[in-house]
Amino acid sequence: MKILVLIKQVPETTDVKIDPETNTLIRAGVESIINPFDMYAIEEAIRIRERSGEGEVVVISMGPPQAMEALKEAISMGCDKAVLLSDRKFAGSDTWATSYTLSRAIRKTGDYKLIFCGKQASDGDTAQVGPGISTHLDIPQVTYVKKIEEINAEKARVERMTEEGFEIIEVPLPAVLTVVKEINEPRLPSLKGKMRAKKAEIPVWTAEDLSCDEEKIGLDGSPTRVIKVFTPPPREGGRILAGEPDEASKELAELLRDAVIG
Amino acid sequence: MTDRDVIIVLDDKCVGCALCVKVCPFGAITMVERKAVVDLTKCTLCGACVDPCKFNAIVIRKKEGVKRDFSAYKDVWVFCEQKKGEVQSVSFELLGKGRELADKLGVDLCAVLLGDKMEEKCRELISRGANKVYLMDSPKLRNYQDDPYSKVLTALVRKHKPEIVLCGATTIGRSMISRVAVSVEAGLTADCTGLDIDPEEKLLLQTRPAFGGNIMATIITPNNRPQMATVRHKVMKEAEPSGSGKGEIVKEEFPEEIYSSRSSLIDIVEEIEETVNLAEADIIVSGGRGVGCQENFDIIKELALMLKGAVGASRAAVDAGWMPYSHQVGQTGKTVCPKIYIACGISGQIQHLIGMKSSDIIVAINKDPDAPIFSVATYGVVADLFKVVPSLTTHFKNILN
Repeated sequence: MKILVLIKQVPETTDVKIDPETNTLIRAGVESIINPFDMYAIEEAIRIRERSGEGEVVVISMGPPQAMEALKEAISMGCDKAVLLSDRKFAGSDTWATSYTLSRAIRKTGDYKLIFCGKQASDGDTAQVGPGISTHLDIPQVTYVKKIEEINAEKARVERMTEEGFEIIEVPLPAVLTVVKEINEPRLPSLKGKMRAKKAEIPVWTAEDLSCDEEKIGLDGSPTRVIKVFTPPPREGGRILAGEPDEASKELAELLRDAVIG
Repeated sequence: MTDRDVIIVLDDKCVGCALCVKVCPFGAITMVERKAVVDLTKCTLCGACVDPCKFNAIVIRKKEGVKRDFSAYKDVWVFCEQKKGEVQSVSFELLGKGRELADKLGVDLCAVLLGDKMEEKCRELISRGANKVYLMDSPKLRNYQDDPYSKVLTALVRKHKPEIVLCGATTIGRSMISRVAVSVEAGLTADCTGLDIDPEEKLLLQTRPAFGGNIMATIITPNNRPQMATVRHKVMKEAEPSGSGKGEIVKEEFPEEIYSSRSSLIDIVEEIEETVNLAEADIIVSGGRGVGCQENFDIIKELALMLKGAVGASRAAVDAGWMPYSHQVGQTGKTVCPKIYIACGISGQIQHLIGMKSSDIIVAINKDPDAPIFSVATYGVVADLFKVVPSLTTHFKNILN
């Protein structure tokens, strides 16, 4: 079966700062990586292909030309093919426009059974793109998947993490699954994989290639607008409680008394 | 350039598949000689037919240059989440904030409740500030499922046109609301920690953390309605029941098809824990690498139990197998926001701080005076956690008795 994995390239650290002069993010010097949650999505897709002994894993990313690096890394882990969606017209996309654009690429790829995404990206933390895609494609979804119990060409039986525990859900394919960390342990790229990645030809699809409705992509297609970006006020300086452990903990218990009882 | 929104069927692209006829919520499309024809007296330009058309044969042209008329959209809606028939506390927090927003706009606050035999809960929502409750009561809505819940909320939004829709940033809220926002072409902002109304434009100002809370962004939805947002649990103050509330319960009905679900919920498994879940907890006691082994987590659990709190863990403790992943706090785990967060033997890597630094009070207990956790701590104790934690449990026992 054909499995698609959607990945995003993000800054390696979330410890980013704002340039107070220009009010823009300082990203210089920050390495880019594959969104950590997407690593689990890649791993799970490869495992399913390996277990079934057939099919292919196609990894798709939308982003600037340098997102090609993320796709090459995915290939070095074992994905078969990759596609980059890159076009100046995609710039400024919010989650609505992003999920629309990705869904156009998925339709173009065609013939898929499963679409994997990480539960959210570590830079935006929205968790909105996966469910957005399933809606644009009008296929079912399961979010926060922590285990795939069974899977065949028609359906999958999965465990979905909730606040209290988990749910067991049976979903017909094709479907979108967004995954959490617990689902697996991502592998490191192999030497052979790295060689393959080096040679891999990765096509770039533009808005025209995807026959996008231009009113639905990029900034024009994004209902939301960021109007202000700022650094949150730092936490007030704390207090170190001195003394022997028993004295310190007695004082601490007194200090917390109201908050605990209230 | 058009002076109003128009819907156009491109006859050269339409193949007469009639998919649009099926998806139109208002029965406005019919097939005439194998081409789609839109009855403009029924069509609300909701756009439900545009995306499903596999041939891009339906186009809605929005009027340009002129501000769109949103006068049909009013009221602030709160999606009230229930589990096992109990309205979840995040819903009460949203009613509190929703009341404030509705008052600023001079509109009604409406609660939306989906479930099975939930009618008696509507009174409580009214007493907590709702002017109206839209109730969808059906055995098929007993448990959350993506398809029926998002279809029902989409249908309600299309029918009643709220200007603002709020929902908890929970596993339910985040899974459902993005589907609704895509369907109705609404703007959606995730995981807000601040909401206000712009006094001039009357737009919803949605403030949210990004980059793990290192940066805050304020976001608006200028040209689409409704303006939708998910809101982080434990940030807003709960609306208290007033007892004097007057309000209307509106029972909604839709054709049976709306309840159908492609996926099926086979089972709900509650993992047995002696303590409450992290998202709901007012107090969290967390352990990290310094705890040393699985058995040593007992002293963390005892303190949590004494405080009626939840047990958290750093990634190091989870990766070592001392605690299950469901307890992990931090970037690859959960983001929590309790009143008190007690970090025991946690050094405070940035990935951990991201998940807990918006807690009201942070207590750090660590042997290493240079541990980064102290930089965010309200109170710090530089000592061996094996001496401090049991002693703290004893002192709290005295206080609480």
